[in-house]
Amino acid sequence: MRVVISGMGVISALGLDQQEFWHSLVNGQSGIGPIPHDVGPNPEMGMNQVRFKNGAAVRGYDPDSYFPRKALSFMDRFAQFSVIAAREAVTMAGIEWNDELRESAAIITGSCMGGRFTEEIGYWELFHHGRHRVHPLTIPLGMSNAGASHISMEFGLHGPAYTISTACSSSAHAIGNALWMVRSGAAPMAIAGGSEAPLFLGGLKAWEAMRVVSPDTCRPFSANRSGMILGEGAAMLVLEPLDRALARGAKPLAEIVGFGMSADACHVTQPSAEGAARAIRAALRDGGLAPEQVGYINAHGTATEVNDRMETAAIRMVFGDHTADLPVSSTKSAHGHTLGAAGAIEAVATVQALCNGMLPPTMNFAEADPECDLDVVPNHAREAKVDVALSQSFAFGGLNAVLAFRAWH
Amino acid sequence: MSETIQARVLRVIATTQRIPVEKVKPDSTFEELGIDSMDSINILFDLESEFDIEIKDEDAKKIQTIREMIDGVTYLVNSKQNPQAAGE
Repeated sequence: MRVVISGMGVISALGLDQQEFWHSLVNGQSGIGPIPHDVGPNPEMGMNQVRFKNGAAVRGYDPDSYFPRKALSFMDRFAQFSVIAAREAVTMAGIEWNDELRESAAIITGSCMGGRFTEEIGYWELFHHGRHRVHPLTIPLGMSNAGASHISMEFGLHGPAYTISTACSSSAHAIGNALWMVRSGAAPMAIAGGSEAPLFLGGLKAWEAMRVVSPDTCRPFSANRSGMILGEGAAMLVLEPLDRALARGAKPLAEIVGFGMSADACHVTQPSAEGAARAIRAALRDGGLAPEQVGYINAHGTATEVNDRMETAAIRMVFGDHTADLPVSSTKSAHGHTLGAAGAIEAVATVQALCNGMLPPTMNFAEADPECDLDVVPNHAREAKVDVALSQSFAFGGLNAVLAFRAWH
Repeated sequence: MSETIQARVLRVIATTQRIPVEKVKPDSTFEELGIDSMDSINILFDLESEFDIEIKDEDAKKIQTIREMIDGVTYLVNSKQNPQAAGE
């Protein structure tokens, strides 16, 4: 059974909806800047104790314009983002709910940190203020499946709903699992994607301690790269069988044709090019694709030396001579590394590239790195009619997920 | 006599890497001691605690040997005790 994407929603540092996201991406607008006080650690905790200052925060977001007050008290920021992205995706797809869909449509979300933003506020009271209790909603707000749960309640969906947490591959795994569920007939449609809100003090300090965060900006594949930039946001996609989408008069955005995953099984933070290459090959095999058919890759491209060189080596292993004709860009240079939401946000960028015949650029590219000798679509979007594109995610823990999409004509 | 900076650095490396301190020499290579990039970051974290210093990311990235760890820590400890002499 062929499966298509019929709707997408995004909230990110590049704007509050998908149109703003794509417009910013192709016009080279960056979502990276100082983490605002109303997003990051509260003033009492203080951003001043974090060595880096920049992030890719969602700006101009007013929760009250999306949710009633009462509902907000039950939702961490990451869960709010999940529902907002899902609403946009479902509206775009033009889904009309009926009993059958409500009974069996699937929801699969990815998140790395879940609602730890809320947990931290509770623990701050406990550890710092010496209080003896935390808020009774700390558990339901903190749980990583809250995004999936709130989406199910939003639309009244009673079917399979669960959350995958595989660090930076979480939402790519979620979308891949959704593909397989819809393709097999296990679900008549799926809402899949990911959400993350990691710009809280403990999270920022934890990334700081790994010494992988840039003091200024994200320059994937550039010799003068200085590390990653953390970002927040969410993206959700609606997947359904091609026949069903056409029968109800929906316009598919792209076909989702392949999903591959692998485990490096070697080191918890050092990625393996062989592991990444196995996931890419698995996605091609699942989609019945030859390497030469791929015309664009949305890279994991974190802008750490270790990732960018490993990813380049993996692409060379799989694509060989075709690498010379294969544009590869990392949109993290604009929307930051959104961890568990990254696979979904980048899947949207990949589908948009196929829909619009336009490749989003790798921003902030300044100097070629001989060990990253790829066509990285530097700094400016490029017109290109591409038939098949990949979106790659390689997580800490060595867990890899790659999605393959085909343009819908 | 109190423990020298060098001896303290070697002790921290041995503790962090869970290896006997006798094995850790100033001229040992990372490879000999099985230190990978994540191990190195762990060691720098423990050195920051041991000496109450802060090692910048840019400096941390350059460190490739035990000797550089000893020299870097010595510089930072001296800077802290005597800011003028270290040109800070």
